[in-house]
Amino acid sequence: MAEFIQDIQQDEYLINMGPQHPSTHGVLRLVLSLKGETVMSVQPHCGYIHRGIEKMCERLTYPQIIHLTDRLDYLSAHINNHAVCMAVEGAMGVEIPERVKYIRTIMDELARIASHQLWWCSFGMDLGALTAFFYGLRDREPILDIFEESTGGRLIQSYYTPGGLMKDIHPGFQKRVKDFIKYFRKKIHEYDTLLSGNVIMMERTKGIGKLSKEDAISFGVTGPSGRGSGFACDVRKHHPYAAYDKVEFNEVLRAEGDSFARYSVRMDEMKESMNIIEQLIDNIPEGDFAVKMKPVIKLPEGEYYQRVEAARGEFGVFIHSKGEKYPYRFKLRSPNFSNLSALHTIAHGQKIADLVAIGASLDYVIPDIDR
Amino acid sequence: MNNEQLKARILSFEPSAEITEGLQYLTATIASDKLYALARNLRQSNDTAFDYLFCLTGMDYGDSLGVIYYLESTILNHQLVLKTVCPDKEKPVLDTVCDIWKTAEFLEREVFDLLGINFNNHPDMRRIFLDEEWVGYPLRKDYSDNNTIVR
Repeated sequence: MAEFIQDIQQDEYLINMGPQHPSTHGVLRLVLSLKGETVMSVQPHCGYIHRGIEKMCERLTYPQIIHLTDRLDYLSAHINNHAVCMAVEGAMGVEIPERVKYIRTIMDELARIASHQLWWCSFGMDLGALTAFFYGLRDREPILDIFEESTGGRLIQSYYTPGGLMKDIHPGFQKRVKDFIKYFRKKIHEYDTLLSGNVIMMERTKGIGKLSKEDAISFGVTGPSGRGSGFACDVRKHHPYAAYDKVEFNEVLRAEGDSFARYSVRMDEMKESMNIIEQLIDNIPEGDFAVKMKPVIKLPEGEYYQRVEAARGEFGVFIHSKGEKYPYRFKLRSPNFSNLSALHTIAHGQKIADLVAIGASLDYVIPDIDR
Repeated sequence: MNNEQLKARILSFEPSAEITEGLQYLTATIASDKLYALARNLRQSNDTAFDYLFCLTGMDYGDSLGVIYYLESTILNHQLVLKTVCPDKEKPVLDTVCDIWKTAEFLEREVFDLLGINFNNHPDMRRIFLDEEWVGYPLRKDYSDNNTIVR
């Protein structure tokens, strides 16, 4: 910090945004250097909720780790768990039933829709459109109900386990999912009429916070934020897992790279997710919801890496095993951490009020950054 | 490029590289002083074009510290794992790759914070998660803290 203060110019001044600031959606502290209202540099200070999950995992068995990876990006809890489960299953050479793959894919996509809905809520709220917040939360409720019915959890489910699922889906699952999609297809038009076409919203996002494709790749900005810059990084498309190779869907790309591009990618992704669910929901195969795993899972020696597409980008799990029931090293590649590293490049030269819109369009979840 | 071609290309950049077919990805192990030149070649050469560093992780192998780089080419769609080990565990130093892949700036700060590996020429080598006053590097195997770690 001391060296950093010496770096700033005479006519610039420093302000702290956060750690307690509504637009950072958690405890993230940004040290801004300003010239008038123009942002000259952004220095993120992370670690306010660093829990040392990677270290804790070195003393936990693989089925126990599931309960910690939920708590990284809690809005894509299912998807994070999916990565850990697949890494363990891949290392053990376990072939999981088709039924599990289908259910996991549907759950992942439901989580993605719920996550994008909450992002849309807070995006509107950060720009001063409070109605958006109520609309989004209203439509997220049915998904949480579906989760609760089958998994017992609303926000954090711990539903996947190495080898399959904790429990089979609720008998009413398929009907409720289909009802929800029917409902949400109507409601998503309201989102567009309320916010997407709004003049104030367009003025504040179009051409603001540009990130070039080269920078997006170099900074590892993935997920909807990267695809808003034209970086084709959808793991579901390029390295298909679970049932993603059985469904047809488009990878949503925008070339502009501004806040509005990131916004519209997420809006279209919700529609794509509904398409994916619709292709799978009637075809869930019969069978077991889990294969019997050994009571103590010991991964063979070696290094394993598994990538999945979380709601905010590419999530990766790296396991170095020495053949014991605990991992020797457990590393999590979190999408938000890489996305945050590009914040200075995106926000440089923008107005401070636009930083709020940029932050909202990047959609960071702080526990995923700090781990 | 398939793995065979990639292997030949890496060896043409750096004959001392040790290449193994890993469980998932082709893995090249390389001495720490040769790493930067090889990484730059892999990034800049048109037939390898590794433009996306999707994971960078520090490792404590017990008797040594190292770093693993997971690379992908978004143009040619192939992957590679680079591994290196610091020669000295007491004073672990590597060359930074953050001028090749910008994402490495934060990822290397994380490795420095939790494993204590210093990166030469890094523009901002500070801790990222823990306090500046924190003593020790928590992800090292010999780190002990009676208050927070239960053995």
